[in-house]
Parts: sequence; structure tokens; C-alpha cells
Amino acid sequence: MNFWSFVTHNRFEIASLTLEHLWMVALSTLLAIAVGIPLGILITRKRSLHKPVIAVANIIQTVPSLALFGFLLPAPWIGERAGRLAIFALMAYALLPLIRNTYVGITSVDRAIVDAARGMGLTDWQLLYKVELPLAASVILAGIRVALVISIGLATIAAAIGAGGLGELIFRGLAMVNNAVILAGAIPAALMALIADTLLGWLEKRFSPQRTA
Amino acid sequence: MASSAPVVDFSKVSLVLANGRPILQELSFEVQRGEILILLGRSGSGKTTALKLINRLLELSTGQLRVEGCATTDWNPIELRRHIGYAIQEVGLFPHYTVARNIALVPSIQNWPREKSEARVRELLRLVGLDAEIASRYPHELSGGQRQRVGVARALAADPPILLMDEPFGALDPLTRADLQREFLSLQQQLGKTVLFVTHDLHEALRLGTRIALLEEGKLISLTSTDEFLRSSEPLVKKYVEAFVTSTGQGERP
Repeated sequence: MNFWSFVTHNRFEIASLTLEHLWMVALSTLLAIAVGIPLGILITRKRSLHKPVIAVANIIQTVPSLALFGFLLPAPWIGERAGRLAIFALMAYALLPLIRNTYVGITSVDRAIVDAARGMGLTDWQLLYKVELPLAASVILAGIRVALVISIGLATIAAAIGAGGLGELIFRGLAMVNNAVILAGAIPAALMALIADTLLGWLEKRFSPQRTA
Repeated sequence: MASSAPVVDFSKVSLVLANGRPILQELSFEVQRGEILILLGRSGSGKTTALKLINRLLELSTGQLRVEGCATTDWNPIELRRHIGYAIQEVGLFPHYTVARNIALVPSIQNWPREKSEARVRELLRLVGLDAEIASRYPHELSGGQRQRVGVARALAADPPILLMDEPFGALDPLTRADLQREFLSLQQQLGKTVLFVTHDLHEALRLGTRIALLEEGKLISLTSTDEFLRSSEPLVKKYVEAFVTSTGQGERP
């Protein structure tokens, strides 16, 4: 069976696995944003937390993904369902680029701008959302972009614990020693990563401030 | 408020870093309403630090610092800063805001009505000698001199009675600097703010100042009127004056 005939015969399954993949990636990235950006902001305010937080995020990143899925299996609630576990693990991987880029984006805002803003009587909160976050936006978006592309790739491994997604076709193809099946999973995943990368790259450019002032 | 009471009053103010290094040592002086007090000194003398204590960008270690008769530590820092205009050498304009939004920043966080703040922006642009059409531009589209003018306009936006200026004209070419100094003087004649002005340039100090406070290694060396400064017998002051006379090539007053 060649690639095209496999794809046309299984187009509905491929589409549904693609959607499942997308759902896992989107939900885990959104969760990572909801956790990572506030954490990144927090460590710019409490500098003593910077090292431990980055260290933990770094360690998570070094755990091989298959092992992380395995470690989480016995965890209460998280381990109960494969989908839940996969989303949690993907979120954990996406944290590092988000925390790090939020931190770097905010701390690299020109000191003079921050001084001027504080000197004019902006509250901490106003400083954050009127000055620091807008000026850090492009760096934070770059973090989201990296996190997203990593997640799309890693999510294929989630099929190993039965969480579904395009990894399912890849694992099935490996078992069947059938390249067509592997490609039917790998190509949509690669396309998804390329599209996400281009889209976020465009957003990043749109939000990048004029730094000469 | 009595006009004779000092607007800013340093009383034995010291700042010591966490590592024990003293930045300011027992600084005592008063700033009178409507005067331009120059803080003169070389880099590292503590003049910028002294300024940042006034709007509490830095906190003093010992001593007392009063603004409008009230210790800075008793002020709400946000209220205090909105009472004081702040202009710095790097300007610190927000690159993602237009000129108009930069100038209207303090009015906008104080919830001025839109029309009032727009009128204020037009008024300020005229006051600092800029075209009204510049309002819609972004800081990176301006020249250095224009940016400094916008920085001064922004510091004046909410009409604060006190102005802190940290080498606001330091990064400009000599001609533009002279223009801005002249305009600043005429502006001050209209506005009568209480100004603390940091510079390392004696020429600028003599030109703009009512009085000059000379700082060296965190200590106040002398505090005199601009006239007395040139006649002072204090050795460090003499050094400054000598260097100044040599550099201008004449004994003449600027």
C-alpha cells in the first residue's frame, strides 16, 4: 500500500488524530502560558527565586519524554487518564522557554525606561502592563513559539501511553514496518509545527518594539 | 504653605550599600521654593543618587529627607512621585507610545478627561518649542534634541511643583544643548518650579543655577550662590573654576 492510497483510505482517521493532536498541544501550551508567564514575572520581582525556578524547569526539560510519561502514570488524578497525563507532561516541558523568555524579556527592558516610569509615579502593576509586558511581548512570543514547536513534536510520543494523536500512526507504522503509515502521522505533525512556527514568527515581528529610544 | 519653608530638606542624609560602601555621607542642605539648585560633581560623586532619594527610587539609610515639610518615608511613594517631575539624560521615553501618549502618561494614570489631557499635550509641546504635528510620532522618529524636549514636557505634564533633572541635556551636541538651556531658563521664568538639576558641567551650572551644591565622594563640599562659587576659596571649587577657565580660555563669566 503506498502513501497516497493509505491517506485517502484513512483520511477521516488521520483528520481526527490531527485534531486530537492539536487539542493536546493547544491545551497544554495554554496551561503552560497560564503558569509560565506569571512565574516568569514573579522571578523578576523576587530575584532570589530566579535560580531555583529556572533550575526546576531545566531539570524537567532534561527528563526523557518517555520516562516522564512513565513517571506520571502512578500520580493521582493526573495518571488516571492518558490524555490528561499527556497534557500535563507537555505543559511541564513547555514551561522552561516560557519562564525564561518572560524573565529575559522583562529584565532586558531598558533601565532608563523603567526608572522614568517609576519616577513618574506608575504603580508596580501599571509598570508591568503598560511598560514591561508590551516591551517584552516579542521575547515572550518567541518563548511561546519554541514551546509550541517542541510540544507538537513531543506530543507524538504521547501515543506510547495511549493518549492518541498523530503519534498513533507513527507507532503503528513502526510496528507494521510500513513507511506509508509512519509518514501519514509524521507529515501532518511536521506541517503543524511549520505553520505554528510561521504564525508565531509573524506575531513576534508585529509585536517587536522600536528599541531605539 | 509658607513660602519660606524649604521645599526639599536634606538633614544628615546617608546612603550605605548592603556591602557597606557609603554612597552619600551626612548630606544636609535645603532647596527653596522657585530656585534652581545645581548638584555639581563628577561621576560617582552621588549626585544622581541624591536625586533618586527625593522621589524614593532609592531609600536612604540614615538621616531625614523632607519634601514639602513631610518626611519622604511618610509620603506614599506613588503620590510623592506624581508630585515631582523627573527628567533624565537617557530620557526613558516609552518606545511603544507616541509622543502624545508619552507626554500624557501621568495625566492618563490620574484619569484626566481626554480633552483636558489632549489640550495639555498641545500646550506642553508649544511650551518646549515643538511642532504640534510631532504628537503622533514615535520616539525613534525624533532627533536627540526633540526627544529631550519631549522628556521635559512629560516631566511637566501634571504640573508638578518640583522638578528633578538628571543631566537632561547631557547627551546633546553643544548647539542644541545651548538652545535647550536658554529655553529652559525662559520656561522656568514662566513656571517658577523648584528645580534640582544634576550636571557635571560647570558651564551649565553657572548658566542655569541659582545656587550650586558641589558633591565629591558622597559629601557636600560647598553650597554657594553661582556668583560666590567663582570666588570661593574652597580648594576643590577652585580646581573646578580653574579647569573651567582653562577650557574656555578666558577668565570671563559666561
